[in-house]
Amino acid sequence: MNKSLKKYFPIFALPTIVAFVISFVIPFIMGLYLSFTKFNTVTDAEWIGLKNYITAFANDTTFLQSLWFTVKFTVVSVITINVIAFILALLLTGTLKGTNLFRTVFFMPNLIGGIVLGYIWLSIINSFLYNFDLTITYDAKYGFWGLVIMMNWQLIGYMMIIYIAGIQNVPVELIEAAKIDGASRFQILRKVTLPLVMPSATICLFLTLTNSFKLFDQNLALTNGAPGESTTMVALDIYKTFYSRMGWEGVGQAKAVIFFLIVGIIAITQVVLTRRKEVES
Amino acid sequence: MNATKKRTNSLVITIVLFILALAFLAPIFLIFINSFKGKLFISEDVFSFPNSKTFVGLENYIRGIDTVNFWNSFGLSLFITVFSVAVIVLCTAMTAWYIVRVKNKFTNFLYYMFVFSMIVPFQMVMFTLTWFANRLHLDNPVGIIIVYLGFGAGLSVFMFTGFVKAIPLEIEEAAIIDGCGPIRTFFLIVLPMLKPTAVTVAILNAMWIWNDYLLPYLLLGTNYKTIPISIQYLQGSYGNTDYGSLMALLVLSIVPVIIFYLACQKHVIKSITAGSVKG
Repeated sequence: MNKSLKKYFPIFALPTIVAFVISFVIPFIMGLYLSFTKFNTVTDAEWIGLKNYITAFANDTTFLQSLWFTVKFTVVSVITINVIAFILALLLTGTLKGTNLFRTVFFMPNLIGGIVLGYIWLSIINSFLYNFDLTITYDAKYGFWGLVIMMNWQLIGYMMIIYIAGIQNVPVELIEAAKIDGASRFQILRKVTLPLVMPSATICLFLTLTNSFKLFDQNLALTNGAPGESTTMVALDIYKTFYSRMGWEGVGQAKAVIFFLIVGIIAITQVVLTRRKEVES
Repeated sequence: MNATKKRTNSLVITIVLFILALAFLAPIFLIFINSFKGKLFISEDVFSFPNSKTFVGLENYIRGIDTVNFWNSFGLSLFITVFSVAVIVLCTAMTAWYIVRVKNKFTNFLYYMFVFSMIVPFQMVMFTLTWFANRLHLDNPVGIIIVYLGFGAGLSVFMFTGFVKAIPLEIEEAAIIDGCGPIRTFFLIVLPMLKPTAVTVAILNAMWIWNDYLLPYLLLGTNYKTIPISIQYLQGSYGNTDYGSLMALLVLSIVPVIIFYLACQKHVIKSITAGSVKG
């Protein structure tokens, strides 16, 4: 099998590999290299060492500002989304009727794409604020909370489904046993359900974390960073550095590398945490 | 006493959930009712139904479709999504089978490269990918399919290999003894068994590609506008936002997604949950 299949490499593996090399491997390696150069058109790259990285942190206020805004947004979103999604999951795993209908409704916003999602909320928020002679870009506060509400709307249903799967995996016998031992409902929730739902919680935490951190489309559609650049998140800041500032391409690429490293660290942390949990259980 | 208490409890919970569900549907509903109002009236009171004064019928829809050539965008989005998904499912299933069955250092390395690509954010390769795709003349609706194959390969290969590993080798060996070559073995024996994973991979990629904005925008520009691009274009290129046609186009963009979701809801929820491994 092994040997006869090996001869079929050009049919089975080559198309995917070629496409993968073209659209990922080469751009990735070039991206790493270009972050240490000054360039406008890629072919005119000139090695300048760490200068781009220094510029990104020292001479460019928008990068640190957008990083801070992203962190604030991510923290608030991760907490609100997970708390609400978990409560909804608890309510929907009871003996209620019509839970399927509720699940369908709560999950739906997750399927709508970022740009469309952003403009749905932009038109609603702006039409509402119009009555007070304001728009969403009047103050960074509006943009921040607009983004948080939108993110909640999009991700709560998705996380709720994962939490529901986790809660349904809790053995009924354990809960029965706790009841017989005289545990109150709150005690059962804290001492039995919560610990057993932790694997789902890890997935949800990291999903909301990376999704919030990498947010781009919704940010572009809802505020496009306005007012000033006060609601620009990291992904949008990188985009703007590349495409609306002449001569800053190298800095943009350096920011992209930093962005990649942060996302990579988050992903590795998740893998390590999940592995450790699996070993324990 | 206990039973009545329980019943009132669940009644209260149902009511709370019902209100929440209404709140979840409200944004879509508001967009829908406002898309029938004259564009000047929308801002006055977003929360009211259209009445005889504000109702304009399909005027917003006609104007919106006209401004951005919506049906072209719809066709283009459909074309790119359908063909990219078909290519991704077929090619990555074959590659995953190859990786699992031909076990050596190279395929192992390949597998880890694919997994690695899943954690790299698009911004990292955004600029260089655009440049390189232009060089190779992939900056058109057909070329972008190849880019999608390369970019979607990570998650898809990862999901397929997980499943191929669970297929017993004996079945394939029996096929080979019966005289099947690798190609026939794959298409007659392996691919049918991969069907559930293929559905998952197809739905995940379809949701991603249908909704994707930045990659097609950078590669195709505004010459070929997919739906997200034309919506962004409508908003971005006119100083004074025309909320009437914007809302009409938003409704038109959501409707196919909702129909698709309601038609194969179980598969969609299952697929997206299965895809949650991707950070």
